Amino acid sequence: MNQLPGKGLRSLLLPLPVSDSLRFPKKGSDPFTLFFLFLFSVICQSATAECLTRGTGDLGVVIERASGSVQVVDTTARSRLFRITDLGDLSHASVVFSRDARYAYIFGRDGGLSKIDLLCGALVRRVVQAGNSIGGAISQDGTLVAVSNYTPGGVKVFDAASLVQVADLPAADAAGASSKVVGLVDAPGQRFVYTLYDAGEIRIADFTNKEEPQVQTFRDIGRQPYDALITPDGRNYIAGLFGEDGLALLDLWHPEQGVRRILDGYGKGEEKLPVFKMPHLEGWAVAGRRLFLPAVGHHEVLVMDGDTWKETGRIAVHGQPVFVEARPDGRQVWVNFAHPLNDTVQVIDTESLQVVHTFKPGKGVMHMEFTSRGEAIWLSVRDDDVVQVYDTTRFTRLAELPAEKPSGIFFTSRAFRTGL
Amino acid sequence: MKISTVLLTLAICYPVCSPAASPDSERQQQLLYLLRHDCGSCHGMTRKGGLGPALLPENLQGKPDDLLVNTILEGRPGTPMPPWRGELSRADAVWLVEMLNRGEGL
Repeated sequence: MNQLPGKGLRSLLLPLPVSDSLRFPKKGSDPFTLFFLFLFSVICQSATAECLTRGTGDLGVVIERASGSVQVVDTTARSRLFRITDLGDLSHASVVFSRDARYAYIFGRDGGLSKIDLLCGALVRRVVQAGNSIGGAISQDGTLVAVSNYTPGGVKVFDAASLVQVADLPAADAAGASSKVVGLVDAPGQRFVYTLYDAGEIRIADFTNKEEPQVQTFRDIGRQPYDALITPDGRNYIAGLFGEDGLALLDLWHPEQGVRRILDGYGKGEEKLPVFKMPHLEGWAVAGRRLFLPAVGHHEVLVMDGDTWKETGRIAVHGQPVFVEARPDGRQVWVNFAHPLNDTVQVIDTESLQVVHTFKPGKGVMHMEFTSRGEAIWLSVRDDDVVQVYDTTRFTRLAELPAEKPSGIFFTSRAFRTGL
Repeated sequence: MKISTVLLTLAICYPVCSPAASPDSERQQQLLYLLRHDCGSCHGMTRKGGLGPALLPENLQGKPDDLLVNTILEGRPGTPMPPWRGELSRADAVWLVEMLNRGEGL
């Protein structure tokens, strides 16, 4: 596929639209090529003039969902570096990072896949690859970016450097009906794993051979799998079910053993409450051997043993959990809640399984992201148009930054973690 | 009857006695915000759909208003669409359906 030469030249190509005819020649000698070389260098210089010279390890991206923009933030200075606009409909958006943590790939609601340069605060490339998409992932080796789509369903895979499409994996069920795709993650072995919401299937796409990806299908995993995650070691893929109380587990070390049901009927005998916002399983909370996850339709966080996959506890919380996230050291789990209780955040101590702190950052707490070693957490408070930073030991507020209807917050430490 | 008594009676009676009355302008703003941000979680802020179906006028064409109002208030069993009756009155739902049909507030 992508025959682009060395890194320097590739970066010259980035600001330009992708075209098959636009291939960099091995030796630029004819006048046409020389002219383009000149043009590239002008574009490049004007871009680099405003770029930062620094590391990116403490940077991050904040989605501004209503305005289709993102902020590039510095988590050490707790400041905003850049604001990048015109990224389409970001009412649901997620981000992965290149493995050098310089670029962020933003997956928008409108099917847009945007690649931004964190050091230059610039959009380097954008493709609208579907009508409606939900999320994405970057491959183990960092060369492929996959996007999961609602309309039309399926997964499309792109070259991470050029955003040229390398594969299209439709998501038709056994009867041929297209399915929405959720829970797309990367897995070791150059694989992507994803779940078909309508069809109730999990699929593994193996890109060891990029030209001919191998797709393996697991059917009848349960009704309406709404999201999925992979454990931080990249071994276990777990899909949460909306249509029934339980989760579907696939051991990626032993896919031949198939999908099995865990926490089957965890809400049995209890009336399920209306769910005003789907929980998210990204940012799966693993603390030691314990795993914490949102109970769908219940004001509870479920605790599961990560060896036996049995429920070992339930923690009553303020509302229906949306994100359940473990601090990187595993000592705390932070929880935010669905509408209309989304003004509150609770902190669970993972040793005692008690809620140790409850506070109200403001209305519409959409997302939470820990800094890489967990001394601080950033919260997006949508209705107040702010991002707040808290000390995770003392629970004091460290900073507040303006942001337009902020939702997802993503830090570059994700670049080095499987499944994020 | 004193004017204040009349007003008080009206105030108490209003939500019950005139269920079809349109929400006032403050309520309308709240409803549009809810529609954009909370309904938007599943249906998209631009109503082009997500986990839930698209809600643009062309998508709603041919669907009776009553069905849409009931879907908002009672939800759709077997799907993630929850009943909003705890939060929305019938008048709120009727007004929201009107907004959806007209493609307003986008």
